Amino acid sequence: MQHGKTHITSYRTHGIILVLLLFLTTITITVTWLDVGRLSVGVAMFVACIKASLVLLYFMHLKFDELIFKIFAGMVILLLAIVFVITFFDYLFR
Amino acid sequence: MTSKTTALPPGSFFDQQGKYKGILGWLTSTDHKRIGIMYLMCILVFFLVGVTLGGIMKLELLRPGAQYMDAQTYNGMFTVHGIIMIFMVVIPGLSAVFGNFFLPIMIGAKDVAFPRLNLFSWYLFLLGSTIAVLSQFGGNGPDTGWTFYAPYAINSKTNVSTAVLAAFVLGFSSILTGLNFIVTVHRMRAKGMTWFKMPLFPWSLYATAWIQVLATPIVGITLLMVIAERTLRIGFFDPSLGGDPILYQHLFWIYSHPAVYIMILPAMGAVTEIIPTFCQRKVFGYQAIVLSSLAIAGVGYLVWGHHMFTSGMSDFSRMAFSFLTFIVAIPSAIKVFNWIATMYKGSILIKTPFLYTISFIFQFMIGGLTGLTLGALATDIHVHDTYYVVAHFHYIVFGGMGFAFFAAIHYWFPKMFGRMYDEKLGTVAWAIVFSGFTLLYFPMFILGLRGMPRRYFDYLPEYSSGHFISSIGAFVLIIGIILMVYNLVKAARTGELAPANPWNGRTLEWKVASPPPLENFDHDVEVTEHPYDYE
Amino acid sequence: MEQNHSTTHEHRDDTGSKLGMWIFIFTELLLFGGLFLVYAVFRAKYFEDFHIAAHQLNVFIGAVNTLLLLISSMTIAMSITAIQKNHKKFALLLLSITFFLAFIFLVNKYFEWGLKIHHHLYPGSDLVLTLTHGEIMFFGLYFFMTGLHAIHIIVGMTLIGYVMVQVKNDRINSGNFQHLENAGLYWHLVDLIWIFLFPLLYLIT
Repeated sequence: MQHGKTHITSYRTHGIILVLLLFLTTITITVTWLDVGRLSVGVAMFVACIKASLVLLYFMHLKFDELIFKIFAGMVILLLAIVFVITFFDYLFR
Repeated sequence: MTSKTTALPPGSFFDQQGKYKGILGWLTSTDHKRIGIMYLMCILVFFLVGVTLGGIMKLELLRPGAQYMDAQTYNGMFTVHGIIMIFMVVIPGLSAVFGNFFLPIMIGAKDVAFPRLNLFSWYLFLLGSTIAVLSQFGGNGPDTGWTFYAPYAINSKTNVSTAVLAAFVLGFSSILTGLNFIVTVHRMRAKGMTWFKMPLFPWSLYATAWIQVLATPIVGITLLMVIAERTLRIGFFDPSLGGDPILYQHLFWIYSHPAVYIMILPAMGAVTEIIPTFCQRKVFGYQAIVLSSLAIAGVGYLVWGHHMFTSGMSDFSRMAFSFLTFIVAIPSAIKVFNWIATMYKGSILIKTPFLYTISFIFQFMIGGLTGLTLGALATDIHVHDTYYVVAHFHYIVFGGMGFAFFAAIHYWFPKMFGRMYDEKLGTVAWAIVFSGFTLLYFPMFILGLRGMPRRYFDYLPEYSSGHFISSIGAFVLIIGIILMVYNLVKAARTGELAPANPWNGRTLEWKVASPPPLENFDHDVEVTEHPYDYE
Repeated sequence: MEQNHSTTHEHRDDTGSKLGMWIFIFTELLLFGGLFLVYAVFRAKYFEDFHIAAHQLNVFIGAVNTLLLLISSMTIAMSITAIQKNHKKFALLLLSITFFLAFIFLVNKYFEWGLKIHHHLYPGSDLVLTLTHGEIMFFGLYFFMTGLHAIHIIVGMTLIGYVMVQVKNDRINSGNFQHLENAGLYWHLVDLIWIFLFPLLYLIT
């Protein structure tokens, strides 16, 4: 396949991603202290999802991988989401 | 019967390889064909044990009242029968035996993508099976049924933890096999073999492998939670500690329903190989079969709740699961139409593999259609946890997957062992197995409709004729199985040498010698035509 | 693939190897996914109890551990860059830092768990059994989830140790670093799970 032109992520990119991740962590912790009630779960999960995407795309090189890896990863995340939704069909309507 | 058997031609994978001789040479071999044969041997032994246990249960049920055992022994008996048959026979079944042996050959590869991992999976399988056997026969075997339902599995004083650990290890083995197959299909296909030139058995294995990889971890974590609960008193599923037993059922069936597709998809794949060969016809609707395999794998993941209609799940959830269950029947039916359409106007050769194949279709349809009775909410309330379920389940798993396994072993036997079995004896064995099967399981539908509950070691007198017929069927079936195994074992030792292509098949495994040489092909394979270009 | 075919027997397929590792990571994601599903169900059921019980956890230690894992995730990702650029020494240094940070994570976890056990806050203890159902569940989940995560940390450390030896012996180099990449993927998975565990267990007060 496309040997020889493997992508090299620079040290700088890694550093920037880490700063972003740390910044997002601070946001989550601050939001908890602000005490916005039930909303805080949503915010925490939203921020966690952004952090997870950063790790997946840059640290795990998904952004630079072949399409098939992206499709599979997306498929698995979608599957997990569907399983959660279907299970909650039970718990939300019981 | 010839007095002196001719030796196999040299150069096959049976010849000594590596630095070890004899049995050690097998146990250290990473050759996918040897690993396939090793799975076959283990599964054959476990299958015969499971059959024996089933036979003993049917002996007990021959007449009402206690005959040979008490209720607790009977509970242990059906649990052992279930664990062995489900986790050690039918789940690895076709994919580990024929998948290992034929997947690389059919896609024109020398081996699977990770041969050492493949051998490791076999050892995990052996380890898991050993733990399972120890939990059963090391005294105080579990009595929970193979489903380990909470909270009883949490409180039972029997060896549930060991049995659950065994299931966990076996699951891990299954995951690694699936992983191996996915990478093999993606990376090892021969030059020119595009996705839509791949034979349909590899396709079904590919779909199966995804279920193995994506569903098994859920049961893995569930079983770990059961162990934690029994040892640490955490209480995930124990209502007395605030847990939720229905959540256990959700998690268990998120895996165990797709597990049914892990069993049946490769079976469908094998049948899809046999029908074109024995009809000398191009397979009808190749793409429809491929897509239905993927659809079964996808939708089949999302129907788990139909095992829980009477558990107290929400009404909305029950409707959703019932709907999804009916959806999954569509791709299964598409396959049946395609098989029948392939046979149409073909020059059909009725030999043992084909006989098993058509009885597979017959029984799979009975099993599938009765499955819809169970998938509909109203009727399920009536027949839930009765013999109707037992009959449906055995029609799918034994009548479907089991018969496809028998078909596949007869179909590929000449290739695997390089010898032919006795065709006449094979046909006779098929007739006995088929009639025994029908006698054994068909009366169970009627028993179930009339209210006979499952997992009871005794019954009311009005059920006695049904149980009597069923038990007779069990004994007939066992005779048939013994005859079949005898025929195959004898053939493996002294059968006539098989030609490379005894059935005039078109897929790649028929283009190499029988038995195949060590690395399958002596040159790089290049594929230009479709796999089923008959006519 | 074509370029790699010069040697027939030592045929290497990096993409295949990476695909295998990714599929393994998917299985791990679903393993923890099942656990998160259990968490979600009980969180919905015992919303208040979870809040009360979470007060017992130390946000500071949790935050420090988050920091450690995020940095270690970066260092192992950087080590791949270093190998690709033939900076072997730097790669080894980065891997050692990763290993060290993982170790500190476990030390923190040890003290954290130790303190909980000291206060009789472990599943099945007499004290925990007197609490409400939701609180029992929270501590059960806390120990089970972080325990399973800690096992993954140990496995990850083993993998990091293995690739360090390989880098040292030049078996991992700028032309052949798939093992390092796979170990990295596994380590990021450990990080990924902690990204969700931290807010769900520590930040719900």
